[in-house]
Amino acid sequence: MRRTLGAILAALALAGASPAMAADAVAPPSVKWTFDGLFGSFDRAALRRGFQVYTEVCAVCHSLRLVHYRNLTAIGFSEDQVKALAAEVEVTDGPDAEGEMFDRPARPSDRFVSPFANDNAARAANNGALPPDLSLVTKSRIGGPDYIHGLMVGYREAPAEMEMSEGMDYNAYFPGHQIAMPAPLSDELVEYADGTEATVGQMAKDVTQFLVWAAEPELEERKRMGVKVVLFLVLLTGMLYAVKRAIWSDVPH
Amino acid sequence: MTQPWMKNRLVQWIDYRLPMFSFAEKELIDYPTPRNLSYWWNFGSLAGIVLVIMIVTGIVLAMHYTPHVDHAFDSVERIMRDVNYGWLIRYIHTNGGSAFFIIVYIHIFRGLYYGSYKSPREILWILGVVILLCMMATAFMGYVLPWGQMSFWGATVITNLFSAVPIVGDIIVTWLWGGFTVDNPTLNRFFSLHYLMPFVIVGVVVLHLVSLHQHGSNNPLGIDAKGPQDKIPFHPYYTVKDMFGLSAFLTIFAGFVFFAPNFFGEPENYIPADPLLTPPHIVPEWYFLPYYAILRSITFDIWFLSAKLIGVVLMFGSILVLFLVPWLDRSPVRSARYRPIYKQLFWVLVIDCVVLGWVGGNPPEGIFVIIGQIATLYYFAHFLVLMPLLSVIETPRPLPTSIAEPVLGGGSGPPAAAPQTMEKAQ
Repeated sequence: MRRTLGAILAALALAGASPAMAADAVAPPSVKWTFDGLFGSFDRAALRRGFQVYTEVCAVCHSLRLVHYRNLTAIGFSEDQVKALAAEVEVTDGPDAEGEMFDRPARPSDRFVSPFANDNAARAANNGALPPDLSLVTKSRIGGPDYIHGLMVGYREAPAEMEMSEGMDYNAYFPGHQIAMPAPLSDELVEYADGTEATVGQMAKDVTQFLVWAAEPELEERKRMGVKVVLFLVLLTGMLYAVKRAIWSDVPH
Repeated sequence: MTQPWMKNRLVQWIDYRLPMFSFAEKELIDYPTPRNLSYWWNFGSLAGIVLVIMIVTGIVLAMHYTPHVDHAFDSVERIMRDVNYGWLIRYIHTNGGSAFFIIVYIHIFRGLYYGSYKSPREILWILGVVILLCMMATAFMGYVLPWGQMSFWGATVITNLFSAVPIVGDIIVTWLWGGFTVDNPTLNRFFSLHYLMPFVIVGVVVLHLVSLHQHGSNNPLGIDAKGPQDKIPFHPYYTVKDMFGLSAFLTIFAGFVFFAPNFFGEPENYIPADPLLTPPHIVPEWYFLPYYAILRSITFDIWFLSAKLIGVVLMFGSILVLFLVPWLDRSPVRSARYRPIYKQLFWVLVIDCVVLGWVGGNPPEGIFVIIGQIATLYYFAHFLVLMPLLSVIETPRPLPTSIAEPVLGGGSGPPAAAPQTMEKAQ
């Protein structure tokens, strides 16, 4: 019966790991990310490039409402740089002493300012489609970062036999293949501050990594702590097994 | 054996008035336990410890959580991002739910394999099924609290099941919701009850333990202890064994918490609840998938009974049938080790439950409908037909005369060198 424990656990794990797959989903290409694995960590330069892509491209339509400007110090910006970055955006505040709302430059303590005042405004500006908030997008889609990256690089000519709806584009990895978002990236769309060549593939990888950080800012700390905790527990388990053996040595069983 | 600290005068003064020390000595230290318990007996205490972990992390989460439809999702994300080690506490809590069910399911199947529900442990078993039901209610309501898409739509689907009740169904559903749809009143009451239920579970667990200690643990041989040589004191033998098991469990658990914290979760639940947008596939958490498969296996009305009503009855029936197990299995032999046919049927049941879980995770189309119906039929047949039938037709293998016999070779005589037995303890 002992041998079967592993089998049962594996079977249960499998049963749990079979989420309902969206129709027509094509597996996106698997990317080797620096944040994968037990010792994974973010590439700070890539995060800053990804932030640049988000700000100059994605942020035109997509909000990132769960991230604060102050969080940007974690990807390598100094506090003064963060203050300057935040101040580039206007945010509505108030009411003031006269009861009036007013605009002011954003501060590090503000959340990322959304491009639209509300969902209806966002739909009205986007042909009826709502650009989703990107704060958790790498966690909330089946396939995670690979899927988001695939979406960026997955725009193709629609197959001749496929009937496309008005204003829709064909994407190889989007469930159903018809996506309301036009291809967001093209070569040299942004000019990277660090001189990296801005190919579509490069920008897709950078912005995906930035969005993984936005969704899981605790990722590096979590993995670093995890290595220590698991090592400690393995050691403790080994020692407890030795103690158990010693204590049970006078019990024939 | 009298513990040295029992001679302390302060301990004696307190114990004379509140017998907590002699209670601990009797139930935690000297408590006579069969000498031959396997590692399958670790899962009871493990479940108890996970319950404590869930309550402690849950209390901390509740300090930072806001049970309001406009704030619940963001307050959970605030825990993940801004509360010190909030991500750790929440990931322990969410993965702890899955771990709790894995442990309890193993614990239940262990009971089924070794006949731990048989006389005189029927009430012990029944209390265990009550704990399972309470756990399911708690887990379901807890999953609603982050107010993601699966939270909302899961709550909608499950609460709507009660509308299948004839005549008063719709009234019941409105009463459960506190309105005419799953909304803020629903979230509020689910939070309140999610905080209450674990303490109800603690209460039933205490009864479960009182009932257990009345006759002591069953054991892999399924025979009663014949004398002191069959038992050893709980401490240090089983305390150290449970500690080792706990540490091994925590190692695996930490692997999930730190390296795959969303393995058991649905990605969809990281999208805020939207009552106007139904997800393509609404699936419950993995530990409910077998029941979900049973619910959806009934695709036809029978006479005036709607398919939905029969599905709901069978879904709850799949748990309720466990209450009857001590009386459905009339075989005098407890352990499957000595029941050649039951042993095989036990494993068929395990596979059947895994199949039901697999079907529950897939859309109810095509082949999955048929497989789900067969697996559902087999599930109930196992308990209602095969169990009673085996009691009559199966010839059990001969039982050993005592627990000590297969270990020590001799009959039931005192062992040559076993200073650890209860003889010394008494």
